[in-house]
Amino acid sequence: MKPCAVIGVGQSRHASRRDDVSLAGLVREAVDRALSDAALTLEDIDAVVLGKAPDTFEGVMMPELYLADCLGAGSKPLLRVHTAGSVGGSTAIMAVNLIRAGLHSRVLAVAFEKQSESEAMWALSPKYPFQPPLLAGAGGYFAPLVRAYIRRSGAPPDIGVRVAVKDRKHALLNPYAHLHLPDISTEAVTNSAMLWDPLRYLETCPSSDGACAMVLSSEEAARRAPGPIAWVRATAMRSEPTMFAGRDQVNPQAGRDCAAALYKLAGITSPRRDIDVAELYVPFSWFEPMWLENLGFAEPNEGWRMTAEGATALGGALPINPSGGVLSTNPIGASGMLRFAEAALQVRGLAGAHQVDGAKVALGHAYGGGSQFFSMWIVARQQL
Amino acid sequence: MKPTREVAIVAFAQSPSVRREWARDDVELLLPVIQEALSQAGLSKEEVGFTASGSSDFVTGLPFSFVLALDAVGASPPIEETHVEMDGAWALYEAWVRLSLGDVDTALVYAFGRSSLGEPRDVLGMQLDPYYVAPLAPDAISLAALQARALLDSGRATERAFAEVAARSRRNAKANPNAQRSGDFLPEALLDAPYLVAPLRRHDCPPISDGAVAVMLAAGEKARAATARPAWIRGIDHRIEPHGLGMRDLTRSPSTALAAANAGVGQGRVDVAEVHAPFSHQELILREALGLSGEVDLNPSGGALAANPLMSAGLIRIGEAARRVMAGSARRAVAHATSGPCLQQNLVCVLEAAP
Repeated sequence: MKPCAVIGVGQSRHASRRDDVSLAGLVREAVDRALSDAALTLEDIDAVVLGKAPDTFEGVMMPELYLADCLGAGSKPLLRVHTAGSVGGSTAIMAVNLIRAGLHSRVLAVAFEKQSESEAMWALSPKYPFQPPLLAGAGGYFAPLVRAYIRRSGAPPDIGVRVAVKDRKHALLNPYAHLHLPDISTEAVTNSAMLWDPLRYLETCPSSDGACAMVLSSEEAARRAPGPIAWVRATAMRSEPTMFAGRDQVNPQAGRDCAAALYKLAGITSPRRDIDVAELYVPFSWFEPMWLENLGFAEPNEGWRMTAEGATALGGALPINPSGGVLSTNPIGASGMLRFAEAALQVRGLAGAHQVDGAKVALGHAYGGGSQFFSMWIVARQQL
Repeated sequence: MKPTREVAIVAFAQSPSVRREWARDDVELLLPVIQEALSQAGLSKEEVGFTASGSSDFVTGLPFSFVLALDAVGASPPIEETHVEMDGAWALYEAWVRLSLGDVDTALVYAFGRSSLGEPRDVLGMQLDPYYVAPLAPDAISLAALQARALLDSGRATERAFAEVAARSRRNAKANPNAQRSGDFLPEALLDAPYLVAPLRRHDCPPISDGAVAVMLAAGEKARAATARPAWIRGIDHRIEPHGLGMRDLTRSPSTALAAANAGVGQGRVDVAEVHAPFSHQELILREALGLSGEVDLNPSGGALAANPLMSAGLIRIGEAARRVMAGSARRAVAHATSGPCLQQNLVCVLEAAP
């Protein structure tokens, strides 16, 4: 397996409605920044991998065909990945594999979502025959899992509020974040409307228009890159079915297996000690403590203690989502890649005001479906 | 692209293509196909190292249609798995890349498409530029007709040549139990049929098909253990062209030619070629782009004119080509898959028996 590095990262400005750009314009905003970061042009790119969540979000079937022109993909290989909410991560991993297999020197990974061109509530409520009609958007699916977690762990009821406040405060340090809520406070979150008990309005991710892009490169091409490099130490993916008897949806085995495989490949024996910062896919506040346990940062039912102690805030022992996370910016198809890209920015030392001092090893994490699809990577300042 | 590791196709299974699959859902359509592919390769599902699938939400008409399809694999305990929102041929490419890394030895690739759930010619129109072209509502058959007209105008083909392709496809399909359209037709008789969208007649267009397909890949010794005669992937490459119809010469397929050169099509005698040409005139364009001589046994399965389950038909081409190599009726085979309006995106794969 050949080494692979991140040499360019770019993201668009995120907002509820980006009426000022087309789909192609939105994608190019991120692509142009990633290329500029890597000091390259589209001509330097050998292949493109595009990811996004369901086509029903924008109403364009296989939009990679239409976007081929704006991606400069004419006469190049172009792949389109779709693995639900984890797609941003799996898109990056597909691009990494193209480098690692020695097929290309520089691959452009792109993910986007323009949720304003659709009704996400409808698009996230698939009606399968013979299934209970409970799929009222993602919150309707995940709230019962959060209730199960609270009951199981005995966590105090304010943990979700703490996560919501922390991530929104982090977002104030990130110029690309969609939500900038200067008045965010415990009271503001607690007093916001209850949407899906126990998840309040301000414990829920926004719907965003946005895109993210990364330039991944071979070792040789990385050595010629002008800026700092993030080395991809390991990637992992795992999937399990939506439902089967005995499935633990609060702490899914697919997530645990994925993390275990990832750490083994990356030479990580103690994630809490060996990882400096993590960008986790937390679309609803309570998923922070849930994923801390699923990823092995805390023992089962103990993840909420890290949040309560402030360990997951910037300046804490293990900052989680210094960018503001999915709670502050959620262009679904790009949300996973934003986690991967922010992890890369951290170890490159380019995260600006939300930089974690001395971050050398970072985790990027994405999940999708009914907590069943996982994609993760570990990036580091040094090669293994 | 030159493979970095020896990877072969070792099993291929497909459902019969039918006009409308009423009784079974996607999972029920896939289950027997996946089971058969595993059985052919002598593998249990626990032995599969990587799984990749291809399908399209727009074909099924609901978001996340690939999610429940995972039930057909039985992904418990969890598996390493991914999905391309493309024809399964590109899922096979992804699996080939994954196997090339060296730490995984086997891969399951599957695809499904129940085209009958919608109107494919209208559904495929949703692939177009959403601002400037899709609102004009050109459908897939009209776009193909535009391409066919350009080919006729170029003087490089005739309507009779289209009919000859259709007649040969249906004749070949008589030997394919999974085909949907087959029989003996004289080109002259076909030319008596009225136009569907001029200059295309109904027989120049693909049937609406529901179907599913599964292919097993294995590397090195694992491939030799799975079957006596693996179909080794000697080269595989895919290329896309600009989307704008006015930016391309619709009578040629430069992306196919480029992919064919990279896959090494011309570096040896081709015994069999399975070409994904949903419209008869496209076979003529592709034959030229692939540089196939008149001696090549072209689309012995009947091709997409005989059965065209969307998102599966390209992977079926690869499977059909591999099957002939595995069976010993071909030593070197070429498979091709296409995606997008007027052959916008193309994949070419070269398969060979043992060196």
